[in-house]
Parts: sequence; structure tokens; C-alpha cells
Amino acid sequence: MPDATFLDSTELVLNMGPQHPSTHGVLRVILKLDGEKVLGTDCVIGYLHRGVEKIAENRTFAQFNPYVDRMDYVAAVSNGLGYCLAVEKLLNVEAPPRAQAVRVILTELNRIASHLVWLGTHALDIGAITPVFYCFREREEALKIFEKYCGARLTTHAFRIGGLLYETYDGFEQDVRDFCAMFGPKVDEYEELLTNNRIWVSRLKGVGILSAEECKEYGVTGPVLRAAGVKWDLRKAQPYSGYEKYDFEIPTAQNGDTYDRYIVRMQEMRQAVRIIEQAVAAIPEGPIMGKVGKVIKPAVGEAYVSIEAPKGELGYYVVSDGSTQPYRCRVRPPSFVNLQALDRMVRGGLVADVVAIIGTIDIVLGEVDR
Amino acid sequence: MAAIPWVSDLSREIKERFGDRIVETSTYLGQNFIVVKPDAAIPVMEYLKLEADFDYLVDVTAVDWPKRAERFDVVYILYSFARNERVRIKTYVPDGFKPETAVGVHLTANWLEREVFDMFGIEFDGHPDMRRILLPEEWQGYPLRKDYGILQQDDRWVQENLNIESGQ
Repeated sequence: MPDATFLDSTELVLNMGPQHPSTHGVLRVILKLDGEKVLGTDCVIGYLHRGVEKIAENRTFAQFNPYVDRMDYVAAVSNGLGYCLAVEKLLNVEAPPRAQAVRVILTELNRIASHLVWLGTHALDIGAITPVFYCFREREEALKIFEKYCGARLTTHAFRIGGLLYETYDGFEQDVRDFCAMFGPKVDEYEELLTNNRIWVSRLKGVGILSAEECKEYGVTGPVLRAAGVKWDLRKAQPYSGYEKYDFEIPTAQNGDTYDRYIVRMQEMRQAVRIIEQAVAAIPEGPIMGKVGKVIKPAVGEAYVSIEAPKGELGYYVVSDGSTQPYRCRVRPPSFVNLQALDRMVRGGLVADVVAIIGTIDIVLGEVDR
Repeated sequence: MAAIPWVSDLSREIKERFGDRIVETSTYLGQNFIVVKPDAAIPVMEYLKLEADFDYLVDVTAVDWPKRAERFDVVYILYSFARNERVRIKTYVPDGFKPETAVGVHLTANWLEREVFDMFGIEFDGHPDMRRILLPEEWQGYPLRKDYGILQQDDRWVQENLNIESGQ
């Protein structure tokens, strides 16, 4: 009898990443396979860990503000909004109505930009090359508005604790309206390419199913939860920054598979346009900065504030000891928590589906690792 | 403005059921929290899940207070979809104490507790996979403890694995 070789074993351990284009950054997934079937996974993360929470403890409240943009860097505006709201909660102040409206416009534009990055790269992973060019073309228009507003395109640092630093530029409303008018038909264009595309449908339907119960068990939020049929969105459930004033739907789907998550995100982009249109039509006049002192010194205490970021519930748990620096600033990252459910979603599926499922969770490793 | 007592049906029920294992039920800035003895955190969480629909564990984290005898706050943030309500469970534990894991109640606690272990060195008793998650497994030290400096690192690990003198 010859010696046993690894070919005699049915199980194979395969390493995917951290330098793999479809892991959307530096995620390493160790796959245990039986042929093409996935038996289990182990995620190795932390390659992008920068100690953001430690940095917070060594900066003043205002100084830490730009750092949060570097977590989910494709949705930097959302990160900034969450942090500002958390500190405002501790200070017990609210941004003035004008600042709130501008915040909503920029945050929703950022949601569109974030979903466009997701759509482009996700489609690219599946093998549809065209959408990524379309998506980045439109995303550019959103980024141009950010650039004109605050000078930065990606890590914007658009908001300040208490409101806004910059007044809107001349022609801001027109730019936003033009974007909305331009963007609506573009979503139709993407849908035409993908929604009924036979390859797209057969690669996504029934893949990576996560039921509503499983979502809750794993703490999974955002489009993944809504695709499983749970009509839950923090903008509706616990409105912040004046979201209660706008009329919009929470898109949901029933099957909780990769295809449904695609449908939900596409609908969310349309809803975002709806919100922006309403907000830009009625930006109130008035100040853009609330009553916040030059030195930000919240009273001793703690608060947890969360927002509906493009990827799910993004929370900040901030503890103040009465000094000018946060005593502790915990970030509850949606990507990190959602990624945990990857194992449940890929088990029993095929290796090729792992790529589709990682894409559909929509993770950003900057936020997973912080 | 300081924390004020949290008075509601739920807080009364919890107090009745768990007696002196509940240290305090309060509200600060409109956010409710319950401070419990370390051995009561998981039973209270289970009770809230089964009896009051708090079916979503949002976050598990810790805060280091080096001068206090019970050095760490371990904080659990819960949410109920049915009630649209949040509540925090807080417990104070000394260094070296191993709080019971919440994985039995909420699966999401798995990675969240691993991160607390990674950053604070708080081990969770009964956790199925108590390993570091963000830092390398051989790393020495727990960065989010207050006595860990901002420029501090595991020099030996950096030298052995990255072949550089220091990452600074």
C-alpha cells in the first residue's frame, strides 16, 4: 500500500485572502471544503486595525471627529453624523434645523455613493464588468457635491459637533436637484442590466439565505435584515436629525437571499433620492451651529447613539469623565457584526458562492478592523 | 444633570424577580440602564429576551476604571424590535474575574466578547472560542486598558514578525 496522500482525504483547507480582490480589502477567510462544498469557515480579521478607540481617548472630542471618517471610508459622512449625534446627546444640544436638513441631504447622498460602490464591486465579483463603470460614473457626481461643499471627496469631515462648520455654497440646491434628476433614471439603467439578467439571477437566487430569526440572533442589521422581511430602519424606528419629517418607504423583501439584498439596496437608492428631493425643497433658514462652547466638555455620563448607516446600525457608546477628551468611545460597527454571520451563510454552499456572499454583506474592512 | 431612577413596569418586574442582585435601575439622557451584580448579567439578559422581547444584543463592550476596586464595567446594549426600546445592562467586575458568556443567549456575543477579551483581557467563562480577534494571537498586552500607553506596542512581536525595530 502506498502512503496516504492529501488526495485521500475528502476535506481540504483553502486560504482565501487577505490579498484577494473579492474580499473587498484585507479579509482572510479560511475555508474548509469537501470538493466544492463549504463545510465551515474561519475569518481572520484585524489586518487594518489602527486602534481607533484608543486614539479617541487621547484626543479631544472635536479632534477625534476626522478619525471616524476613516472607519467606513465609503460612507464617511454617515460615520461623522453618528459621532456628532452621540457627542451632541452627551452635551444635550441639538443641531439647528438648517444644519439637520443639510446633514440629511449629504448623508443620503453618501448612502447612494456607498451603495454604488457596493453594486459595482459586487457585480464585478460575480462577473458582470459593466455596472462598475456606470456606478463610479454616478458616484463621481455625488462626490463632486461633497468636494464643493467641504473640499474633500472621501473622508469628508463634513459635520461638526453641534451642527455644521460651512454654510452651503452658492448653487448647492441646484447641484443636488440636478443630481436627483439625473440619478433616478440611472437606477433603472442598472436594473435593466442586472435585475432580470439570467446569469445574475441564477448566481444570486437562493444563495446565502439568512432568515429573520437568524439575523436577530446574530445582530445583523441594515439591508441584510430588511431582505429577510423585517421592516426595520432606525431612520423610522428612532428618527434622528429630522428624518421624521420626510416621507419614504422602508424597502423589504422576503427570502433573505443574496438576490433580495440586491433588490433592497436598489430600492434604498430610490428612496434616498426621494428623501433628498424633499429635504432640498425645504432647507430652513437660520443658523447652522447650535449652542456649543469652543471647548467641548460634556458632563460626567455616558450615552449610546446609533444611526442607520448604509451597512446597518452604526452606534457610538461614548463615556465622558467631565474632561475634554472622551473617557471611552466604543464604535459599534455594522460591518463587523454582520460579517460574523458569514459562516452561517456560506455553510453547505459552493466556493463560488462565498464570493457572492461576501459581496452581498457589503463590508468595509476599515470598519471591521477599526 | 445626573442619572435619575428609572421607574416603569419593566424595571419593577426586574427588581422583583432578581431582588438585591439588581444594584440600580436608572435613566440618563432618556436612556435606561440596569446595573447588576456580575452573576446576574446573563440571567437578566435571558429574562429580558424571553419575557420582554429584548431579542437583539446590539453590543458588548467594557470600560476600564483602574482606580476602582471592581476595575471594569462590562456593558451589554439590548434592543427590542417589538417595543422599539433600548436598555443597557452594566456590571462591575474586578481584574481577573471571568464573567459568564452571553453566547448562550445571543449568538452575536461571540465576536463581541472576543473583542472585549482582545482589548481588555476580560475572559468570558464558557465562551466557545476565547481567542483574540483583531490583534495577532501571540500579542502581549491589552491595548484599551488605561495603563497601556498610546505609543506602546508589543516590541518583541513587532521585531520577530515584521523584521523592523519598531512600528512607531
